[in-house]
Formats: sequence, structure tokens, C-alpha cells
Amino acid sequence: MLLLGPFGFAAPWVLAALVALPVLWVILRAMPPAPRRIVFPGVALLAGLADRTPVARRTPWWLLLLRLAAVAAMILAFAGPVWRPVLQDPADGPLLVVMDGGWAAAPDWAVRQSRAERALVDAAAAGRPAALILADGRDGETGALAFQAPGSLVAGLRAAQPVAWASTLPDDPEAALAGAPSGRLSTLWLTDGTEHANRKAWLAALTARGPVTVVPPSRPLRTLALAPGDAPSLTLAATDDAVPAVLAIGPDPQGIERELARLVPGEATDQEGAWVRPVAIDLPPELRNRITRFRIENEAHAGAVVLADDRVRRRKVALVGNPVGQAEGQVLLAQTHYLRQALAPSADLVEGSLGDVLDSAPDVIILADQVQLAEIGELAEWVDAGGLLIRFAGPRMAGFERLMDEPLLPVMPRQGGRDIGGALSWGDPRGLAPFAGDGPFAGLTVPEDVTVRAQLMAQPAPDLQARTIAALSDGTPLITRDRLGEGQVVLVHVTANAEWSNLPLSGLFVQMMERLVATARLSPADEAGDDRQQPFWTPETVLDGFGNVGTAEGLAPVAAEDLARGVGPGRPAGIYAAGERRQALNAGGPILRAQWPGATVEAAQATTGRDLKGLLLAAAALLLALDALGSAWLARGGRAAAAVLFLALALMPRPQAALAQDLDAELMRAATEVALAYVVTGQPEVDRASEQGLWGLSLALRQRTSVEPGRPIAIDLDQDDLSLLTFLYWPVTEGQAPPSPQAYLRLNAFLRSGGMILFDTRDGDIAGIGGPDMSEALRRLAAPLDIPPLAPVPEDHVLTRSFYLLGDFPGRWQGNPVWVEAPPVGAEAEAGVPFRQLNDGVTPVVIGGNSWAEAWAVDENGYPTFPIGRGWEGEQQREIAFRFGINLIMYVLTGNYKSDQVHVPALLDRLRTEEMLAP
Amino acid sequence: MTRLPTDLRAGAEAAGGHLPALVLSAERLAALIAPGAHGLRRAGPGEDFWQYRPAASGDEMRSIDWRRSARSDQEFVRDREAQSAQAAAIWVSNGQGMNYSGAGDRPTKADRARLLGLALAMLLLRGGEKVGLLGQPARAGRIQADRLAEALAPAGTAEEDAAPAEGLRPNQRVIVLSDFLADPEWVQVLLARAAGLGVTGLLFQILDPDEAHFPYEGAVEFRSVGGGLRHHSRDAGGLRAAYLARLDERRAWLRTRCDEAGWQFGQHLTDAAPAAALGWMWSALGREAGR
Repeated sequence: MLLLGPFGFAAPWVLAALVALPVLWVILRAMPPAPRRIVFPGVALLAGLADRTPVARRTPWWLLLLRLAAVAAMILAFAGPVWRPVLQDPADGPLLVVMDGGWAAAPDWAVRQSRAERALVDAAAAGRPAALILADGRDGETGALAFQAPGSLVAGLRAAQPVAWASTLPDDPEAALAGAPSGRLSTLWLTDGTEHANRKAWLAALTARGPVTVVPPSRPLRTLALAPGDAPSLTLAATDDAVPAVLAIGPDPQGIERELARLVPGEATDQEGAWVRPVAIDLPPELRNRITRFRIENEAHAGAVVLADDRVRRRKVALVGNPVGQAEGQVLLAQTHYLRQALAPSADLVEGSLGDVLDSAPDVIILADQVQLAEIGELAEWVDAGGLLIRFAGPRMAGFERLMDEPLLPVMPRQGGRDIGGALSWGDPRGLAPFAGDGPFAGLTVPEDVTVRAQLMAQPAPDLQARTIAALSDGTPLITRDRLGEGQVVLVHVTANAEWSNLPLSGLFVQMMERLVATARLSPADEAGDDRQQPFWTPETVLDGFGNVGTAEGLAPVAAEDLARGVGPGRPAGIYAAGERRQALNAGGPILRAQWPGATVEAAQATTGRDLKGLLLAAAALLLALDALGSAWLARGGRAAAAVLFLALALMPRPQAALAQDLDAELMRAATEVALAYVVTGQPEVDRASEQGLWGLSLALRQRTSVEPGRPIAIDLDQDDLSLLTFLYWPVTEGQAPPSPQAYLRLNAFLRSGGMILFDTRDGDIAGIGGPDMSEALRRLAAPLDIPPLAPVPEDHVLTRSFYLLGDFPGRWQGNPVWVEAPPVGAEAEAGVPFRQLNDGVTPVVIGGNSWAEAWAVDENGYPTFPIGRGWEGEQQREIAFRFGINLIMYVLTGNYKSDQVHVPALLDRLRTEEMLAP
Repeated sequence: MTRLPTDLRAGAEAAGGHLPALVLSAERLAALIAPGAHGLRRAGPGEDFWQYRPAASGDEMRSIDWRRSARSDQEFVRDREAQSAQAAAIWVSNGQGMNYSGAGDRPTKADRARLLGLALAMLLLRGGEKVGLLGQPARAGRIQADRLAEALAPAGTAEEDAAPAEGLRPNQRVIVLSDFLADPEWVQVLLARAAGLGVTGLLFQILDPDEAHFPYEGAVEFRSVGGGLRHHSRDAGGLRAAYLARLDERRAWLRTRCDEAGWQFGQHLTDAAPAAALGWMWSALGREAGR
């Protein structure tokens, strides 16, 4: 390969043809351009005239230059030019390809695979033995690496997938490399850019044996992790300073998994070469509780996904009120009633005695006016371990004699409490002071009408002000808080019911409780008690290396102590369950950049040379086209060149016309006139019968009902849009080609959006199969459709009474069952009601073989086209067939409206009662 | 090839669609010139009353106007004004070369020739002359203008055509409109026969300015309109002098032939106003009549 600056040429000898260019110049210069052609009636006068001085016309220099440039481009193209070619590795010893296989390698996995494959192919061409290590920690026990022909490694390389834990190399590099053939071992290391287990030892061992080339990742790495701290929040770490959005994904109210919110990362801080940004999860509790995972937008690896577990989810709140149930009917006086109402939407509530709720490991315990608790020691331990205890004052607490000695209170209360604005006290009830801007209630608006009539006072103390997080307008504390070990204790100085204040009646109470509960620390994951009971955690759902959620198959339960070590071989990122507890194991975390002493780091872009041959050939073609245009312009004048240019532009593919224009006038008629439609089968007589049949039915509808359809519409399933149709008649013929998959998509959308198809096998079920399958052709045509379970039309189906009362549905034939969507299993007839209240669903298909269109068919004079039966009975059958058609169209248009008539007796009853009550 | 009658009618309608415009523009053109007084102002064979004169010997009995004679004792004869029996015959060349226009804003030579021919015919008809196409009967009257307009409809397919010398009749004035660029042998035949019959007339050459000035340069392949004739030149600019010399030569030859036969020769370029050409033709006919 010849190298000229950044260009390389695969076949440099072709460049010798460039020498011929000057010769070409001379030849082209001597060739005159084509003469102009002019229509000239006076040509007779010119006959015989000779050019006096025959001027040697020369090709204009710019045309010449165009042609030479085209030829030069072609010569260069055939010389095989490559931009920044990758030089062949001159080494001849064995080759070792180390491929990091952790999640951090997933974003550009395909690039890595092709790079490694190229290295192996090159080695195969050079006859070098090669070995491949996939650093995914799964083959740690393989011992010595087997060096073999590189071609046999390619299949394994192509099948390799990144794993959902960090890249891991075997422990002992020396043992693994023991089997290497003699000679300098050259190494190609496709790194994921992060530091991982045993990397340094391997690098040292490999650099000692030969050159190491490191291929850095081609994309910046971004990871997402759950940030430690009280409030759940995320940390986004990235090797670049782009700010991608973080998507919160979970089921929407319909249960469909979708993006629930987009979180915007905050300001970045630089930590050891990585940009770290906090991502606050500032979402309403209802929304946050639905989140199943967070994901960095447009990142496809396991480290970009944070699975949400109990730590992000709703808090478990325990309510402890009066153990003895309140008297019946006094629920509004209960201490816990307002708390229950306020917290139920956003938290899981546990109620019971303190001992019971402590066993359920709640995040928050609320004590409503409780003193002298038996389990106070356990409660203190729980708070010390991180629990949030909220206590409400009340008459019992105020009247408790040894209140000064009561433990687990943030401030020392004064016994007796204080009445304001009562009958025997001075002053008015107090309002609330605005909340401090830095407290947990910052930003909440205090309603004017919230007043406090009584409160528990606190002993004056130096730190009372610091512990107060809400105060009354006179500065006395309303809510105080103190930290106790890992947890905190909050005292609300009024009752949790409306006895002392009307605060629990206001919306502010709900907001305050939500804020307070949200500050609760998440229950620690590794509680000793739980671990003893649940030594193993079973994976429920796991992520693959690309961050896709899959089911955990073939994975063994993980010991608790292993789980505490985070993701690793055998325990990919995912959700692990032990008993009722679920814990997420996430791959992402802080990024540690790897350093490569003694190795050659390949430039990130120099992955492959860029072949310029196609570009040059295209340029040559363009130049030749310009040359043709220029020659035409010379020969014919500007107008001809403009015509050529116009032609070229006209031949260029134009963008699709606006979609709004696609609707055919015929289909728009379907919407305006409620025209009936039939499927074109391709058999002229069947299509004509369909057309005439639907026209006959349309005429009958016009005469007898307020439905006035227009002329029937022929539908070609492969091309026509169905969205404007309501009813489609589909005669089934043998040999009818099934529509395209797109047509089936449209048909299914048509059925789902309330359309109906009447399948007609037109054979009167001569074969006697009897089932809804009817014929082979129908089975073949209807198989891809979303058709519900079918049943013969029940006697009380709406179809039997939507306009006429019908017992049979004859067409040209009669006595064959007609199949519609099966009624639900549980539908039972109610007493006194003539028919069951069947499902709300209007059947999307009606299947039969009675050849209805032929029964309905009329010619242009309005006379029936096909004979039915014999004499008067035949005409009667035709009449019933028309009635079926009318019932069917009514059913299509009104759905289960008639079914609602089941309520008529009840309505009449009510009317009668009201009549009697009326004076 | 058989053509359906409907096709023929459609074609005729399409071809005749331009006629009103042609008639209108020709009328407008003809209105610029007021025809002079007609009649020969002497007694002779004719339609109009001229005078009563006393019968003289030699007058036939049936020529006596008895109504006038009854009012006196003398016999009177009713004389009529002598009328000229002359007619004008117009011929417009229909060759393919006439369908040429050097620029989009100029009419083709055929259009201009038809316009001039029809306008002249209208003038003559207003003056009471009988007008027809050469070889067809001449008629008087305003309706004849419409017939002429139809007969002049464009149908140029022949490479070149010639005025039919056998269409000449005595006592005719002949107006020949052509570009005279093709072989002019027929002119000589026509003029010779006309001189023999005592027929006089005009030769009127209508040329496009491109044909008169030859503004071409460089390598050019010239083709006739029908494509039958070609001339290839490397240096069209160098041919200009030779071409113009040949054109002058052709005109001089035509003028000489006209002088010999007692005809007149005029020329016109399609970028000039047609009124001037019409005026020249009108006055030329007048000059000729006065001769």
C-alpha cells in the first residue's frame, strides 16, 4: 500500500495512468464541439458556399477541465484510495484479544465486535495463532488459554453478549497465559474504559510479554445510580458533560409500561475525571410509586438503568392510635381517622398496636396521643436505626403526670397544655405562622382559616427554636423535630383529630404529612434480622448487558452476603426477592477511569480507514453529467441546457405528497353517506352480486329506516383505507389471495375501532362442517384477524331484535348457524327479564354461509337478481333476509343500544314511584 | 389512411379557429387606407345609371328608355356607366419555409403573408373589385372576404410551392406573396405567361429579419424547415457576405423579371409594420392601373 499523507492507495500502479492526462488534454482540445443546429429557410441560398476561412473550433477550457477532472477522478478511484488507512500489524507472534464484556462495553458492542473480528481475520490472514478472552468473569476457572487458529474464534466472538455486571478478568494472568506459544505476544485490548478487577495485574503481565494495543470505547459512558441519603435521588455520572434526560418508566393507569416522567439532572461536579450530576426525583407520590425503573435516555447498557425497589417506592407508615376501638359512629373523632385519610393515597398503612407494627418494619410510625408505651425500648432502637417517629399530642399526653420523663420527644413538653380562645381563656384561637424557607414545609401556603385552640407547650430551652419546624403566629411551637441516632422524632403539638385545632381538616394537613413522611429514611436493606430469616435472595427480573429487562431464568438464588457486594458474575443487575421484601441490584455507579501505563492507546477515531473509491466514482459520474450539460449548452444554447436540467430535476424522486390528500373521494363518501362496503374478490360475478346485494339492502334501509346509505363502495383491501367504513361485506371465495400484512393491520384496526365484517362463505354450508371455520378459504383469510371466541347467535342476542324480531337469519340459503362473538361465560338470565344482559362488546365479525348478498341483490330496475326458493315462500325468505340485513346494519350502527332496554322495567318502576310520591 | 368525419371536422375547426382574428386584423389594416372613387366615369356596359341621351341613329330600338321618352316627343336612351371587368387574384406561398420565424415575438412569414393578402383583398372588395385566389373564381362582395380568409388557412407541408401559371386569366391583377428563397424558376414561367396574357401584378417578398441579415456565428448546421436541405458551416460568420450577396442577387433578378413583364416588385420584413407594406401594395396597384 502506498501512503501519501493521510491517503493510502491499494493499487498504486493505476496512478501511472495519470501520466496520460496531458495527452488526453491535447486530443480533447483538438476535438471540436458539435455544431449548433439552426432551422433556416434561406438554406437554399447557402447551397454550395464554402467556408471562406475554416476556423479551428476549440473546446472551451472549462469543458476540457471538467473532462480531465472526471478522468482523473476515475483513475484515482481505481487506484483504491483509503482515507487514513489502518496499517497492518507488522507483528508475527501470537495474538491475544482481550475484550471487556461488562455492561460498560454494551453501548458500542457492535463496534467492538467488528474491531475484534477484524483483528482476528487479519491474524488469520497472517497465519498467527490467536486467543480471545471475554472479560465477563464467567470463565474464571478455565485455566490456561488455548491459542488456536483465529477463524475458529470468530463464531464465539459474534455470539458474545455483554453482561450486566462489570468486566472481570480471571484472577491469575500467569496461569492463563501459560499456554501461549513462543514469540512476542501482541495484545489487542478492547477496553470499556473503566477500572475493574485484575486489570492491573493483567496489564502488567501482558506488557511484559509484548506490545499491548488498547482500543478505547468509542462512546462516552454514562451511568445512573441511586444516591445514598434520606430522600431517594439519583446520581448521573458521565465521562462527558452532556446532560441527557433521565426517564422514569413504569406502568401508567392502564397498566401499560411507558415513560412516566423526564427528570433533568442538576449541576455537574467533577470527580476524578467524571462529571457527576444529582438527579432529584421530584415527583408526586402517586406517580413515584408507579415507577419501576429509571433509565438514561438513549443509553443502552445496564449501568444506565436503575431499578426501583422499596427504597424509591412508597413508605410503609404505621398508625398507632387508641388500642380500644372507638364507639361506633364516632369515627370522625378517632385520632387516626384524619391521618389515614391523608396518608392512604401516598403510603402503605399498617395499623395495630405498637408491638405489631414494629414487626412489620415500617418506615414511619405515627403515635397519636400515646404515652407510657410498653415497647418503648424497641421503638427507641428502631428510631436509632433510622426510623421516623411522629407523635401527636392530645388530652392523654397533656394530662400525663410524668410527661417530663417521657422518652422519645424532641422537646421537653410542659404538662397541662394550653387553651387559647376557649370559653374560659383569654385571646383568640391562633393561626399558623408562615413556614421557614429551609424547613421541610418550605413553600406550603398557610390557609387563613386554620386555627389552633389548644396546644401542648414546650419547656423553654436554648435549642427550642432550632427544633421548631412549624410555629403558631405567636411563635410557640406547633411541630418540633429532633434527630435521634440515624432516625428522627417529630412531635406535633396538637391532636391528630379536630379536637384541638382544625388543622387536620385542612388540605395543608395532607401536604404536611406527605412532606414529613417523605423525609423518612429508607429502611436499611441489610437488617440483621431479615438476613437471618432470608439467607438467599431469588432473582425475579434481571437486566442484560444492554439494559433490557428480562425474566430470570437459570439463575441460582444469591446469598445475602454476596448480594451486599453488588453486581457480579452470577448476580446480574435486577430485582431480587426474599420473602416479601424486594431489593434492586443496580449495575451503575461511580466511574473509575482506567490508566494504561506501558500500552499503546489507539486513537478513538482510527478504527478503520475510509474507502474513497465510491466517492471518487460518484464525483466522476457527476463531472461527466456536468460535461454533458455543458456540451448541450454549447450546442443548443442555454434553452436546451435548461431543458436538460429541468428534465433531470423532473426525474428526481419527489417527496411524498401530503398525506391529507390521500383520501379517495369514494372513501370520503363512505363517511358522509354511511355507504356499505364490500371486499373485491377479483371474481366479477361475485363482486357484481356483492354490489347489487348491498345496493338492494341500501334501498331497503332507505325505505324502512332512517338510515339512508349511498351506493355501495368496493374495497380493495390491499390499497384502500378502512378507517371511514362502518360495515364490510366479505364474500369468501376459493382461491382468493390473502391481503397483504399491511391490509391485515388495517383490518384489525378497523375491527378494534368498532367496525364489523360480515363473512359470507355463500355456500349454505353444503360441506356441513358447521363450525365457525366454515371453509378452508375462510380459515386462511381470517386467521390473522383479531377475532374473539365465537358462538352461534344466541336466541337473546341483540341481533335478533335490533330492528325486527328475528329467529333465523336466512339469505339465499337458510337454516345454517350464524356465528358471532361468544357471550361471556357468567351471563345469566335475570328473573323477569326476557333476555340476558349480555356483554357490552359488539361482535366484530358475523360469520355465516347463507349468501346474503345474493338474497338482497337487485338490478338497476329494483327487481331481484337471483331467485330464492319457490313461489311465495321464497319471497318470504327474501323478506326475512332483508330484515336480517336491516337488523345487522342497525346493530352495526347502534351497538348494544337495544340491549340497554333491559333497564326499561326499572325505569318505569321509578317513574311510577315518583308519580305516586308527587302531590 | 381514412379519417373519420369527426376527426376532419375537429381538425377543420382547430385550423379555422384563428380566422376571426385574421379577419379582424386584416380589417383593421384595410381601414387605414381609403379606397379611391371607382367607376370609369363614362358611358359603357355596366350596372349603374349614367345618363339619358337623345337616341341617335345606330341605337337599337330596345335600348330606348320608353318611360323617359314618353314624357317628351324625343326618344331617349338610358346609358349606364362603364364598369371595369378586371379582377384581382391573390396567391400566398404555402411552402414550409414560410412557417419560419426567427424570434418568438415575430410572426411567421406565412402569418404575415396571409394577413397582408387578406387585408389587400378586403380593401379591394370595399372598392367594389372582384377578388379571388389565383386559379379560383373572383367574386365581389363582403362575404368574399370570409371565403378568402378560410381559403388562406395554413396548411404548409410542401417543401416549396409555386404559383400556378395556368391559373392566370386575362384582365387580372395578380398579387404574389412569397419569400422567393427557393428555386425561383416558376416565377419566370408565371411572368412569361402573364406577359403573354397582358396580366400585370406584384411580386411581394416577405422575409424574416434573420434571413435578411444572417446574424449567425460559429459552427452551425443549417437546415430547412422540412429538414430536406442542410448546409454545414464551420464559420457561419464568414458566410454572411456571400449569403447577403446571393440574396441581393436574387432580388435583383426578381426585379429585372418584373420590369420585363411590366410587373412590380416589393419587399417586406416581418419585424416592420404591416401597414407600410399594405400601403405600398395599394399604391403599386394604383400606379399600375394608371399606367
